[in-house]
Amino acid sequence: MKYLCLIYDNEQSWANASKDKIDAMKGEYYAFSDDIRKSGHYVGGSGLQPTATATTVRVRNGKVSTTDGPFAETKEQLGGFYLIDAKDLNDAIQVAARIPGAKSGSIEVRPTLPPPPAA
Amino acid sequence: MPQPNDPAAVRDTIDAIYRAESRRVLATLIRLLGDFDLAEEALHDAFAAAVERWPVDGTPTNPRAWLVSTGRFKSIDRLRRRAKFDDHLAHLADVAERLASTVTPPFDLDDEQVEDDRLRLIFTCCHPALAGDAQIALTLREVCGLTTEEIARAFLTPAPTLAQRIVRAKNKIRDANIPYQIPARAELQDRLDSVLHVIYLVFNEGYSASSGTSLTRHDLSEEAIRLGRLLVELLPEREAVALLALMLLHDARRSARVSGDGDLLLLDEQDRTRWNREQIDEGRHLVEQALSSGAPGRYGIQAAIAAIHAESPNADATDWPQIVRLYDILLVLEPTPVVELNRAVAVAMDDGPDAGLALIDAILARGDLTDYYLAHSARADLCRRLGRRADAIAAYERALSLTKQEPERRFLERRLVSIRG
Repeated sequence: MKYLCLIYDNEQSWANASKDKIDAMKGEYYAFSDDIRKSGHYVGGSGLQPTATATTVRVRNGKVSTTDGPFAETKEQLGGFYLIDAKDLNDAIQVAARIPGAKSGSIEVRPTLPPPPAA
Repeated sequence: MPQPNDPAAVRDTIDAIYRAESRRVLATLIRLLGDFDLAEEALHDAFAAAVERWPVDGTPTNPRAWLVSTGRFKSIDRLRRRAKFDDHLAHLADVAERLASTVTPPFDLDDEQVEDDRLRLIFTCCHPALAGDAQIALTLREVCGLTTEEIARAFLTPAPTLAQRIVRAKNKIRDANIPYQIPARAELQDRLDSVLHVIYLVFNEGYSASSGTSLTRHDLSEEAIRLGRLLVELLPEREAVALLALMLLHDARRSARVSGDGDLLLLDEQDRTRWNREQIDEGRHLVEQALSSGAPGRYGIQAAIAAIHAESPNADATDWPQIVRLYDILLVLEPTPVVELNRAVAVAMDDGPDAGLALIDAILARGDLTDYYLAHSARADLCRRLGRRADAIAAYERALSLTKQEPERRFLERRLVSIRG
């Protein structure tokens, strides 16, 4: 069963972090991604550029509106994601707990909807 | 010897079996059918079938196996019929066939297997991915067999709200795929904490009801103790044993906590001859058991403190220095303001009201427990003992404004009257 793991963390504290700290974090992510590829959990994933680079698109009454920034201001910001294949929620939780961002931020684990039936 | 087909006798047998076995049968049906609602329906169908068949066929030699087998069969049958009569439910036919093919009778239903099923049920109902109040409601409903109305009454919540809470929990279990499993060894300690927390919350709700006219709703406390016993029977881990001890020791004081008028009596005012000595003995024995293996946990320490109170013939003879030392350890395991408060009260008994008051003032100055009536009530008591009348009155009034519980309010009002008068 597929779960999306959304990685939320405080961007500002990472923006202020030293190069060493950031490099260490990157190393942890590479190691983790490697691990879950080997264990067969990895389906997809990526880090995201900061919310300053975000654009929010809405279409209302046929009109496209584009605004600068994330959809809402939040205390923790979405910084990356993993799409994983897990046996059940316990398995997914075990994987999510090992995501490096879990130590400082929050990982939201959401089951995906089943794919629509074949035509 | 009653005839095997004597309907009245059979009915009595079925009632007895329902009381003794229905929870076990449910736990196994949930495992076999993979769904709470299907299992509940199956349980109901199985007992209905028993009422119909046993007077004719006689009571089976293994009633539990008969009920499980019948329940499962009826469930598969139901799913097939639903699939046939409603196009939108056609997928149920697949569910039915999968169920029919994966498990075949005779079922391995020895005692160990059934205990595993009960553990699976407890751990699933107390899964941390479920909302806290949903864990409590689901556990009372599925493990204890309380009706939605009984649970709603116990927690002073409207029944539809509680019913919705249970529905949402079951939906979460299904949609997020929370597995029906006993946690692996590596996760067991954490998951056990969840279960113990739920049981303790239920006990506390019964021990000192958070609002309403009666101080204790002892049905809930009894249910919690029953749950605690079940857990210890299935999984004699030391913190489970400790929690049972703690609940028994608290509950032993139940009749002495409340006066004939329904008023609250504090530890130093209680008639200790009214304490349930048998329960205390059992509690103390369990505390020894819990503390004998390795470093004590949160419940172990709290149970040890309760045991010291239980052994003391009166409040003055209590080994307060030992209690303070135990709170020191508890504070390391559970560094919360409430534990700090309880420690402060013990320090006041050991070292004098001044020492305790300084600690409570420090907690409140930090901004912690400012809306917790017990903090102000404890503070008021210490001020009173120090002869600081005005401060005591102000603190009692603050405490009064923060509690909705009738006996507590009457207690605080009485204190106010006596200190003013």
